[in-house]
Amino acid sequence: MTHDILLAGFGGQGILFAGKILAYSGLMDDKEVSWLPSYGPEMRGGTCNCSVCISDDPIGSPLVVEPSILVVMNTPSLEKFKGSVKSDGFIIVDSSMVDGTVDRTDVKSFYIPATQLAQDNDLAGGANIIILGKLFRETGIVSAETFKKAVEKVVPAKKAALAANNLKALQIGINYEG
Amino acid sequence: MERNLMKGNEALAEAAIRAGCKCFFGYPITPQTEISAYLSKRFQKEGGIFLQAESEIAAINMVLGAASTGVRAMTSSSSPGISLKSEGISYIAGSDLPCVIINVQRGGPGLGGIQPSQADYWQATKALGHGDFQLLVYAPCSVQEMVDTVTKAFDLADEYRMPAMILADGLLGQMMEPVTFPEKKESFKDKPWAANGHGGKREHNIINSLYLQPDVLENSVKARFERYEDIKAKYAEAEMYLTDDADIIVTAYGATARVAKSAVNMAREQGIKAGLIRPITLWPFPVKEYQKAAETAKLFLCTEMSMGQMIDDVKLAINCSKPVEFYGRTGGVIPKPSEIFEEIKKYNGGAK
Repeated sequence: MTHDILLAGFGGQGILFAGKILAYSGLMDDKEVSWLPSYGPEMRGGTCNCSVCISDDPIGSPLVVEPSILVVMNTPSLEKFKGSVKSDGFIIVDSSMVDGTVDRTDVKSFYIPATQLAQDNDLAGGANIIILGKLFRETGIVSAETFKKAVEKVVPAKKAALAANNLKALQIGINYEG
Repeated sequence: MERNLMKGNEALAEAAIRAGCKCFFGYPITPQTEISAYLSKRFQKEGGIFLQAESEIAAINMVLGAASTGVRAMTSSSSPGISLKSEGISYIAGSDLPCVIINVQRGGPGLGGIQPSQADYWQATKALGHGDFQLLVYAPCSVQEMVDTVTKAFDLADEYRMPAMILADGLLGQMMEPVTFPEKKESFKDKPWAANGHGGKREHNIINSLYLQPDVLENSVKARFERYEDIKAKYAEAEMYLTDDADIIVTAYGATARVAKSAVNMAREQGIKAGLIRPITLWPFPVKEYQKAAETAKLFLCTEMSMGQMIDDVKLAINCSKPVEFYGRTGGVIPKPSEIFEEIKKYNGGAK
């Protein structure tokens, strides 16, 4: 089983960090994983994306061109990548940041106002983790327990206080129906 | 052993520490700056020397100085920075000094771009500076192999007293993968040639690349080339994947080999007999592996992130006994598995 995941949005939304948590989740489940950021000037406020592969087999190209799971946190990313998602794949949309919906019937689309939910719950900057919670709710690619461990692992020891906020954000995403 | 998730650049840096590297001199350039950043932190604890030089040229000459004293020294850069280092690399080779040089390639020529590329193959394997000399060139294709090849590069560089290069690219440098590290190397072979302090107890050693007598210089170059023959016989390395029954041999190194392997798997699913040769050493080039494959294969397809550079060595290796076709993307564009698969299909049809 291979999950090719593409996360995309603006620089500063925590796209790379969210990808890192996904990759660590795979690592903790003893899977093969890869994490590849887009790098360069686009990271300064422009678009930013990150490829994560989680697989039982060795990973070939780490660059995800046909994602099985797409997470988008801005409108340009939805427009750019929605056509590339595999049939029967997933598209998870931050509906507080994205105008429009997915006009494909062969993929499973989910909408969560992650940025709004982050603001409402005093979790500024936590939209990336909330949307990850939603991703886990709908795809179940690893267990919730593994995912929580990954959050704790990725948050540096110096910022341990932030782990609680991240876990709270995760739970908001996991609980979100609709 | 614990699997760590690390960026390729950071893994290269940690591997150098584990291999006993004591001195790093560098100058920042995308996409390899994490190597410097990592070592600047870790060497404080490990007791090594990290120095950000005023330029690439300064950095490589500092490597020459450090290597002269017998310590394991390293520098890293990306394509344009390696060009600047070329004079110093030639002096290091001419002085018979070991060191490790990392090139995390980006698009060129000129300042080019900052996205992954393999357009420095010719530079690394044919002419990294003036004069008759070679570098050992390793081409890892995963973060784990970056670690493994750094260890080998330091050991072989010492054994043969020559510079070694890790030819990576922006994709490998920037990506994270699980990786395990060897224990830190603590004991090293003596270097009786080193120009270090000895309290007047022996004749002093001289590190030099200047020989004004042509016959003396010729002899020194010939002696070096005899060592090269020994390396060629012992240390050429390649991964052979599904080559035994393959009609079409795809060949690629580094990051492109990962894409090519995916394409070979796609071809096999369609019943096309494709295989992959992935050189792990680019110099010495794994000639025997290609010759063996050429006995049964109908066609070779060389794929690179360049306009076609390694293809020359593939043709030479098999003495043009089979057709060698090429597919490449350049300028920082990474080929997709489907693009290479289309090429395989095209030539498979043509071969029937």
